Order: sequence, then structure tokens, then C-alpha cells
Amino acid sequence: MSILIDENTRVVVQGLTGKEGSFHARQCMVYGTRIVAGVTPGKKGQEVDGVTVYNTVREACRAHAINTSLIFVPASFAADAIVEAADAGLKVVVCITEGIPVLDMVRVLRYLDGKDCHLIGPNCPGLISPGKCKVGIMPGPIHRPGPIGVVSRSGTLTYEVVDQLTKAGLGQSTCVGIGGDPLIGSTFVDILKLFAADDDTGAVVMIGEIGGTAEEEAARYIKESFPKPVISYIAGRTAPPGKRMGHAGAIISGGQGTAAQKMETLRQHGIHVVENIGEIGMEALNAIR
Amino acid sequence: MKLHEYQAKVLFAREGVPVPPGEVAASPEEAGAVADKLGHGPFIVKAQVHAGGRGKGGGIKIAEDRDAVVEKASKIIGMNLVTPQTGPQGRLVHRVLVERAFSIEKEYYLAITIDRTTARPVILASAAGGMEIEEIVQSKPHLLITEAIDPVLGLMPYQMRSFFYQLNMEPALGSSFSSLLSGLYQVFTKYDCSLVEVNPLVVTKDKKIFALDAKVDVDDNARFRHKDILEWREYENTWEEEAARYRLNYIRLDGTVGMMVNGAGMAMATMDAIDLAGARPANFLDVGGGANAEAVANGFRLILSDERVKLVLINIFGGILRCDVLAEGVINAVSELEVKVPIVVRLEGTNKEKGTELLAQSDLNFTVARDMKEVTSVIANSGLADRARKGIKREALAKLSVIPE
Repeated sequence: MSILIDENTRVVVQGLTGKEGSFHARQCMVYGTRIVAGVTPGKKGQEVDGVTVYNTVREACRAHAINTSLIFVPASFAADAIVEAADAGLKVVVCITEGIPVLDMVRVLRYLDGKDCHLIGPNCPGLISPGKCKVGIMPGPIHRPGPIGVVSRSGTLTYEVVDQLTKAGLGQSTCVGIGGDPLIGSTFVDILKLFAADDDTGAVVMIGEIGGTAEEEAARYIKESFPKPVISYIAGRTAPPGKRMGHAGAIISGGQGTAAQKMETLRQHGIHVVENIGEIGMEALNAIR
Repeated sequence: MKLHEYQAKVLFAREGVPVPPGEVAASPEEAGAVADKLGHGPFIVKAQVHAGGRGKGGGIKIAEDRDAVVEKASKIIGMNLVTPQTGPQGRLVHRVLVERAFSIEKEYYLAITIDRTTARPVILASAAGGMEIEEIVQSKPHLLITEAIDPVLGLMPYQMRSFFYQLNMEPALGSSFSSLLSGLYQVFTKYDCSLVEVNPLVVTKDKKIFALDAKVDVDDNARFRHKDILEWREYENTWEEEAARYRLNYIRLDGTVGMMVNGAGMAMATMDAIDLAGARPANFLDVGGGANAEAVANGFRLILSDERVKLVLINIFGGILRCDVLAEGVINAVSELEVKVPIVVRLEGTNKEKGTELLAQSDLNFTVARDMKEVTSVIANSGLADRARKGIKREALAKLSVIPE
């Protein structure tokens, strides 16, 4: 097993005809993902690598069995694209797009509230269940199938961690990049709940960073009801306050959201916190043994 | 993107939020002209910098008449204002806002922001005006009134009444308070703000409501739909301005290790690793998760133009972007520039071997670190580590294979 995506995942790519969309869709197909349709308004009938393009998501869903969307449309249209995918009944919507206005996400999340739809992202690398399916932009070859669930607010830092895990002999069940924005579709807690119910996930590596309180909420959830070991790393211990560190959500404001606070809270809740990013692979191995 | 008080007040006025009469001035003469226009005093002269606590640093002065306005303005404009929020280096003041001053009866706090946990706009208010919100939260949380706003419904009349009654305002002020609050919410949504803060909101002795101060942050992601506001953008230093031109995420820090990394999380983790090694980063630079050779070259140029940098660390996890392409980008950038400092390169990911080989074969002097652990060791041994090394074991240092001269 794995969470959210597996052999049965069938994907529509919104923004397939764009540069990013076509490139990454091809990479996903090379990995073995079934990309069954594309959507770009006004480009109905075109084909990209043998995949048919439709004008709307609903139209694509009428022609194909689809359960997942992968979104590459520009930031100014991305909120609309997310709601379009959810409204067509897709259960997993992965939005890679960076730079969506926060107030657009306020409305999107209000719309998704109570709906049976997992939004991953925005501003994220997507997710991968190694050996089965990749719905995102991460490099496939660094991953190996195995028992570790990975959940992270970052992109390349997640690749770094996965690479170390793989080299330490620890494969992954599913790796989820939840995104670096202040408002995202799935939080650490949302993904941890899925890992809790997944028999093939034996332990979780959680990569957090400065800003917000998502790590603290995860710590409380883990202590109360998460049954598996969790190893964590928090980026931004040396970040100056009041500055956005690349990610829109990575900011220490009013003394809140510091890495020190997060690490302390995680430790207090019995979570193994790794200080040196260079040692996370080996520390994970030791912690799980 | 932070706006100055006078810019925020322009938006306030557009949406019907009452602000004191006043105008911005870039010289003492201009300030005098503003005073003439406003007529009689007393006036208030306020430094326009992107930092709070201006009063404590001497950036806000009362002036009884026109001459006093000119005198105060000449002292404030050009001063290096140090406040609890600017850090010890302070901020150079280019402009002052000259306003008519009022006799104040009561001060309140009012702010609108996004609550990340509930994903909704939230309005915060308190009768403890003039205090910083952090202080209110810490010392008088019972005085803080909050209302979450449903983005579909917007700010509802009952919510405005709720604030009004809990703040114990005089009944006669009801309609002016609601128009002020709905105007502020209008500013928040119309201009894609991440923060609208009025501290203090005041009731004057003659029973008028004003937004006496104004702090507005506009969501950087929404800049594409606010071209007019974009013209107000000001960078804190020329480095950050240049980086913005190349679409690089750059933040100037106070250390000696210049670093260039792809991806924001990875860049933060690299800063932390430099710190663990006992040294300090000179900058944060994220060239983007999918950076190309050109972005790498621009980033490199930016770092090398900083004379404080004594070592450059390039840490790239090549995923989609192949390491050999990156190595070529680095080699091209380095060969174009005169490089006087050691360069440490760590490449990981697709085509790592080929990339490392290209670096080794070039006649340029790179030190290659094979992984993050080695990055930490190299920095710890570079002579730039001026503090105790945290968490680096002696054995790790002994095994080190590459140490820069």
C-alpha cells in the first residue's frame, strides 16, 4: 500500500500544453504514471506525447476514467483550476504552481471544506509512491519502495532527505510535498492521519520549517494518537525574524514560528529531532532500529 | 511587500477610512509647505520607514507651528533611525509625513490578517490601544477581541456591532465606527493585503474617529493585479534589488560564507549547517528548485560582488536539472569573473559523477564536498568558524578528505 496515489491512479494534467506541464507530464509517464488526459482551455483536440487535450476538466472526465489532477497552470489562474478539478469530482488534486495569492487560497479552502477531496500544495513538488506512481516534479530515481513515509513543506530539501534515506537502505511508502505557502490544502496532520492508516508505512520523516504552527499541531496529534515513530527536521534555525525565506510561508513574525520553538515542542512531544541535516538518513535508521 | 504609513493612508482614504489631514514631504521646505496647506497647528512630523517603534527612536515629533515643522523635519529627514524593530544598523529616513495633531480621548488597536490555522481573514481589536499586539497577547489576552470572517459572506454587520459593543464605544460613534471598519476590510480584500493594522485607532476629544497610524503589508503573490502599488516597492539594499531583477530570492545576512542553493528549504538547511560548523552565512540565496545555468551564473555574480564574502558555498540538489549542466554553468560564471575566494561545491542528484568530473577537469580551483556532512566539515575547517562547533565530532574532522587551503 501507499497513500493517495498508487497503481490505480489515473491523472489529468491541467496546463499540459505549457512548457512545465508537458515536460513534467512526460517525466511522470516515464516513471510509469498513467497520464490519461490533459486540459488547456481553447486547445481541445491537441495531443501532447499521445495524450489528448480537452477544454475543461469535466469534458476530460467524461471521456476517461480519472481520479487525480496535476496542476501546472500560472498563478493567476491556478485557484480557478483547483476548484474546477474538485468540482469535477476528483479526489486527489496536486497543485505545483507557485505564487497563488493568499486570498485566492482562502476562497479555495473555504470551497473544499467538507468535500471529499485531498488538495496537495500549492507551491509544492507533488507526491510519489516509489515504484508505483509519481504525480509531481521530483527526480524519480532517488526514491526506493520501502516503509518510510515522508512529509515535507519543501522541495529540494525533501530530495536531499529522500536521497539520504535511500542510501541508508530506507525505502519510502509515499513522499508528500505539502507546499511552502502559508495556506495549503493538506497539513502535516492531514497527511499523518493517512500514514497512520497505511499498513505499509512503518515510520515517518517530517520536514518542517519556520513560520506558522503546523509543526506544533502535528506534534500534539502525534503524541495523542499517531502510532508510529516520527523523525523530524526543522529548517531555518538561523533565519532572521521578519524576512520571508524564499517560501511565502517561511517567516518568523512577532517572535512566533521560530525553529527553536518548533524543535522544542516536537521534543516535548516525544519526537526525535535531527539537528544536522547531513545526518538525517543515519539518524532515521538508528531511531527506527 | 510593506507599505509606508503615508501610502497605506492613501489606500485608507480611497476606501473611506478617515485619516488625519496630512501629506508626505521629502525635504524640510516641502514639510513647511504641507504645514501651510494644513493651516493652523499643532502638527505631527512622522518618519516614513518600514519599521515600527518609530516614536521610541525619535522619529515622531510634535510641532506647534510651521517653523517647528521645518525644524523637526530637517532633523528627521536624513537621520539614521534606530528603533527596536530596525536592528542596531537602523534605517535611513528619506521622507516624513506631516499631519495635523489632535487631542486624543481614547486609543484602540485594530488589525486584519490571515489566520493560517483556520485559513480565514481574522479581525483583532483591543481597547488597549498604543500597545504592540505581541504585548497585548502576552499580558492582556482577555482584552483581545477576535472575529473570523467567512470569505463568501464578507464582514457581517453583526460582527461590526460585536466589536463596537465590546470596545465600549459611545453610542453616537456607531455609524462612523462601522464605516471605518468596513472600509478597512475593503482595503484588506481589494488590495490583497496580508496585514492591515491600525495602532492606534483614536477617538478625539471632539468625538471623531481616525486611523492615526497605518501599517499595510501587501501579499507579494498578488502583485500582478496591483501594478499601481508595485511602483511603491522599496528594497532594503541594492543587493536585494539586483537579486529581484534576476528573480532570485536573496536576503543579506551578516556572516562571511556566501552561499547559493536551489530551493528555499534546502537554502535554510544550508544556513543552519554553516552555523553548526561555527561560521555564519553572508546571505540567503535560493536560485529556485528548477534553477538553470543562467540563474546560477547571476547568483554567483551577486555573491562575489559582496566584499564580506570569504568563501563561496554552492549547494545544489540537481533533480530535473542535471548536475553536468549545472557544473557547466558554474564553470562559465567563474571563468568570466575574477574569483579571489575559495569555492566549495556540493552537487547531488542526476548525473552527479559527470558534473563532479567537469569541475575537477576545469582549471579552476574548486573544493568538492561529497555530501552535507562534508559541507559542514569543510566550513568548520575553513578558518571562518569563529565559534564553538556544535555537533561535529572529532572523528568526522579526522576523516575529512578535502580541506581548502
